Formats: sequence, C-alpha cells, structure tokens
Amino acid sequence: MDVITIERKVLAKNDAIAEENRKLLKGKKIYTVNIVSSPGSGKTSLVEKTIEKIGSKRKISVIEGDVQTDLDAKRVANYNVPVVQIITNGGCHLEAGLVRDALSGLKIEGTELLIIENVGNLVCPAGYDLGEDLKVVVISVTEGDDKPLKYPKMFMNSEVLVINKTDLLPYVNCKMGELKSNALKINPKLEIFETSCTSGSGINEWCNWLESKIQLEK
Amino acid sequence: MHELSLARDIIETVYQNVPKEEVNRVSSVVIKVGTFSGVVTDSLKFSFQAITSGTELEGAELETIEIPFMLKCNDCNKETTNEIGMMLCSDCGSGNTEIISGGELQIVEVKIQEAEEAA
Ligand SMILES: Nc1nc2c(ncn2[C@@H]2O[C@H](COP(=O)(O)OP(=O)(O)OP(=O)(O)O)[C@@H](O)[C@H]2O)c(=O)[nH]1
Ligand SMILES: [Mg+2]
Ligand SMILES: [Zn+2]
Repeated sequence: MDVITIERKVLAKNDAIAEENRKLLKGKKIYTVNIVSSPGSGKTSLVEKTIEKIGSKRKISVIEGDVQTDLDAKRVANYNVPVVQIITNGGCHLEAGLVRDALSGLKIEGTELLIIENVGNLVCPAGYDLGEDLKVVVISVTEGDDKPLKYPKMFMNSEVLVINKTDLLPYVNCKMGELKSNALKINPKLEIFETSCTSGSGINEWCNWLESKIQLEK
Repeated sequence: MHELSLARDIIETVYQNVPKEEVNRVSSVVIKVGTFSGVVTDSLKFSFQAITSGTELEGAELETIEIPFMLKCNDCNKETTNEIGMMLCSDCGSGNTEIISGGELQIVEVKIQEAEEAA
C-alpha cells in the first residue's frame, strides 16, 4: 500500500479566491458585508432599510444571491445603487468565484460599502468565505428562539446577529431573552441588533454601528 | 446541500495529486471532518460514490476521520468540549475562548494499492 499525503482543505480553492477578492476590495477601501439567513428572514428588507438610512452619505453597492430570479436585485435597483444578481441555479450558497465574477460586472469604483446578500439558507453558506470583512446572520422572531442551537455553525462564524421582525413579537411564541442567550452561548462575541424593517425600529442602531465600521476602513 | 460540490472538489484534488497511471488503484481517500464542519458525512460518501462510479476511481472508498469540537479558554487555559457547539468554556464559563478543532474539512491522504495487489 502506498500513501500519498495531501493535507489540504477541501475548500482550499474557494478560500484562495476569497483571499483574492479580499485583497481587491481592501485595495479599493471597500468594507464588505456578507448577509446570511434562512429564506425570508428579511435580508433584502435590511439591505433596503440600510440604503434608505445611509445611502445618501455612503456609496453602497450590492450583490444579490438567489437560487432563481432577479427579484431581489430589482427591489434593490429601485434605490438607484449599483446591483448585480447572481443566480446559483439550485446552488444552496454563494461561492467566492461567483462573487469574483459578479465584481467584474459591477462598477465598484468609489464604493464604500459592498453588501452581499447570500442565498436564503442557514446551513450551507456558513463554510464559504467570500472575501468579506463581516458576516451578519439575520434571524426573524417568527423562526423561534431555538435556532442558534439548531444551526450553531452559522452563529459561530458570524460577528453580528440581527434579530428582525421584532414588531411581530406579540404574536409569536419567541422569547427575546431566550433567543439572545442561546445565540450568546454559541458565540459570546456576537454583536446583537434588534430590528423591525416594517416599523424601522432598531435600524438607526444597526446603521450607526455599520457606519463606524466603514469609517475604520478609510 | 452542497455535499455534491464538495465531493467534486475532493475528486479534483485526488486527480491533481495522484500520478495518472495510479488513479485506478486508489483504494481510499481519507478526509478529516470536524463535528461542526457543517457536512453530512453519509451524504458526502454517497456523492463521492455516485460521481466516481463508472470512472477510474470506481470502488475507491471515502474514509472519514471525525474530529471533535474543542475549545481553548483564554482565561483558565483549560481545553473543553461540548455537544451543542457553544463557545463558552465548560469549566469556568468564560466566553473568551478559541475554537481549536471541530471545523475541519480536510483531505489527509490517498491510499493506493500496489500494482500486484490490484492485479
Ligand atoms: N412584519 C415584518 N415583516 C418583515 C420584516 N422584515 C421583512 N419582512 C417581510 O418578510 C418577507 C421576507 O422579507 P425579505 O426581505 O424578502 O427576506 P429575505 O431574507 O431577503 O428573503 P430571501 O432572499 O427570499 O431569502 C417580506 O414579505 C417582508 O416584507 C419585519 O421586520 N417585520
Ligand atoms: Mg432576499
Ligand atoms: Zn475557562
């Protein structure tokens, strides 16, 4: 029996392209955010609210990832920001190579904040570095307070948790304290924001924090 | 799930590292899979089998070594583990910890039968 030793990460190719993306974006002083969540937690709504709040002061570009359709890119395009849609055709997550291709189709010169909305999926995007500075996981209160325990990897790998749809708290059986404590058990370093994209509550706090991060990039 | 694309990456790496004339003698590909790698081992093995069937790699096995989740605490210096994947030290409760293992998804080695053995 011969043995050939390899010792290589399975995702080495993705990681290498992600590193190229990171270099390119850093070189242009662009702060990049990768937003992940289950389908429908409010990623696109958060992107819209963020553009409404700081889009006039900060130049924002957006990459939308979906399994099918360019509906999300169309929503974002209404705000007159550069946006590119990636359609994965069944793929359950974005990969660094797809983002690299998307970047070549986007006029990113002058961009200060690049938002990448990942495919709605709380499992698969966790392992794929895209070259971002920050991974944000969004969860809506309608999904229940046990989600951090059920999908730990996503919470381990994210720096920020946005708890969205807080306007629906009175109608659902989700305890905010429990949700937060479960999330902090998995990742005690999580920065947590509570938002409602419907009422606008908490959007200021999120945007102020984000702006301070963009500022640091300069 | 993306196990299919991971299996493709693994197979590509095998082809890159094994001399052409030895590919049909690969008996197993060994990979490390962390408890919180996010990968379903059975589904990865199934994908590997499906893609290699009918190719030179047909019959090669995907061997997995499970790597446990381990944390190192920066406060009490202990190494601990837990079932749920929490990043809190099980000993002192501190959140000032680092993951030292459990996220792996790594190709370790490829085992190849001798030419005579295979004949
Ligand atoms: N009540 C309430 N509804 C919300 C809130 N945020 C988003 N929604 C609604 O939830 C639905 C899904 O929102 P999206 O922003 O499309 O969610 P998404 O995460 O981008 O969805 P995918 O891209 O399909 O995964 C829409 O009908 C939104 O109007 C919120 O804070 N409160
Ligand atoms: Mg969306
Ligand atoms: Zn400790």
